[in-house]
Amino acid sequence: MNRMLEARPFTIESFYKFVGEGKLMAAKCNSCGAVILPPRPACSKCMSTNLQWTSVNPMGKLLTYTVIHVSPKEFESKAPYALGIVRFDNGGQLLGMVRDIEPAKLQVGMTVTIDFERTSTPTAAPAQTPPQWPTWPRYFFKPA
Amino acid sequence: MEAGKVMVGKPLVSIVSAGMSKFGRFDGVYARELFVEAAKDAYERCPNLDPRRDIKALIVGQMSESFEHQGHTGPTVADWVGLTPIPTIRTEAACSSSAVAIRVGIFAVMSGLYDVVMVGGVEKMTHRKTSDVTEYLAMACDYPFEQWQGATFPGLFAMVGRAHMHKYGTTEKQMALVAVKNHRHGAMNPKAHMQKEICLEDALSSRVVAYPLKLYDCSLITDGACCLVFTKPEIARKYTDTPVNIIGSGQASDTIGLYERENLTNLDAGRLAGEEAYRMAGVEPKDIDVAEVHDCFTIAEIVAYEDLGFCERGKGGCLIEDGQTGIDGKVAVNTSGGLKAKGHPVGATGAAQAYEIYLQLTEQAGKRQVKGAEIGLTHNIGGLGATGVVNICKRG
Repeated sequence: MNRMLEARPFTIESFYKFVGEGKLMAAKCNSCGAVILPPRPACSKCMSTNLQWTSVNPMGKLLTYTVIHVSPKEFESKAPYALGIVRFDNGGQLLGMVRDIEPAKLQVGMTVTIDFERTSTPTAAPAQTPPQWPTWPRYFFKPA
Repeated sequence: MEAGKVMVGKPLVSIVSAGMSKFGRFDGVYARELFVEAAKDAYERCPNLDPRRDIKALIVGQMSESFEHQGHTGPTVADWVGLTPIPTIRTEAACSSSAVAIRVGIFAVMSGLYDVVMVGGVEKMTHRKTSDVTEYLAMACDYPFEQWQGATFPGLFAMVGRAHMHKYGTTEKQMALVAVKNHRHGAMNPKAHMQKEICLEDALSSRVVAYPLKLYDCSLITDGACCLVFTKPEIARKYTDTPVNIIGSGQASDTIGLYERENLTNLDAGRLAGEEAYRMAGVEPKDIDVAEVHDCFTIAEIVAYEDLGFCERGKGGCLIEDGQTGIDGKVAVNTSGGLKAKGHPVGATGAAQAYEIYLQLTEQAGKRQVKGAEIGLTHNIGGLGATGVVNICKRG
């Protein structure tokens, strides 16, 4: 792991910077071994700040899903879209959109993998958020 | 025996009066004005109470300043209901804001600091566009990892529903039956937002909001206010011959994000709050005659049955299908119509649940009265179960 990587703080901002680089990164606690995804400044299990960045194994299982028909304004062009919660094989869980599959073919327990935003301009933030609000890149899930 | 530091079954506080505004859509009305309607109802119900002389503090729940672009709700509503200059506290815990106000009211009285306090809640929502309301409410989930990724509140509860269907075989029909029951109850509540019965076909054929949840699986965007007057138990009979005692109170928290949890089929904060409240009250689930539970979506009521021990885990769908939670059932659930039909002005909901239990335990619930109800329970969830509050009441 290079020095640049080590120097990044264990924050939400850093997590999404990695996503923008096409990487899914978690914090690993050097004290108790917990995988902290999304990363936090201290391990919530033991409160240690002795952490290091670790790549998340992108393979996981779909724990549950929905198909959103009534969406927030920013997502209207995508609706209906599938959303799922995934447990990664080496630990950690995330929520995200599931792409590249007909919603009717979704199944609890199916194997999925991670994918990243394909355009350089992410969907705008909600209208009510302040102008300086970050517009983070997104990750997605797709059938493995 | 003790539960925490409290003697089991001992009254924590007495409810000597309660008031509620009509729930519904009220154009051109402010939150503080709705709270006046609730307070007037409470004052008139308790002629022995001199609000200005007796009430020493006001604790009010409200979720969001965004609806009216108005913060500092405590002093505002205190002034409008004639209570300036008493101290005020505003509590915020998303959809459980006023259940937490009830808890703070209990702390305020039990500490010995105040003999009489008013607790309540308010939210004015319907003047906002549905998309704006959706966005404000979604602030109660994890913005960077849920809202940002496209999640909505119905979508998150839908994922609980889908997980429940997969693990336990719960059906869309069972969820729809919750809506049918709560509309049946709401039709008997003159203060409910929706006072109209619906049939199973209406519910099942309504448009999909977030699969498997359809329009009739979702609670209403509603305006409303509600309040209760608490006293220390020793002085309750100065104010009324029919006090209701809160004998157990529990609260717990969970991760802000649903996605972080090991268990996606139940809401542990609600379960833990219930366990604490039962322990403190010295009662069991089978002792509960009437309960108001958090049916923001129909699946949430099914989950609440399980989390509160009204049935085994995974059997919530069967409980509604067997008709065990209607007014004449094993435990009467959401006799008010629940969030589903009475409406869900988020900051007022927890107090409004307690208001219904107060009515039931004082035989004031009219057509929807549960005969001889002695013990009632309220179960209020904030966000996606990041807060859970359960209070247990008994006739005084």
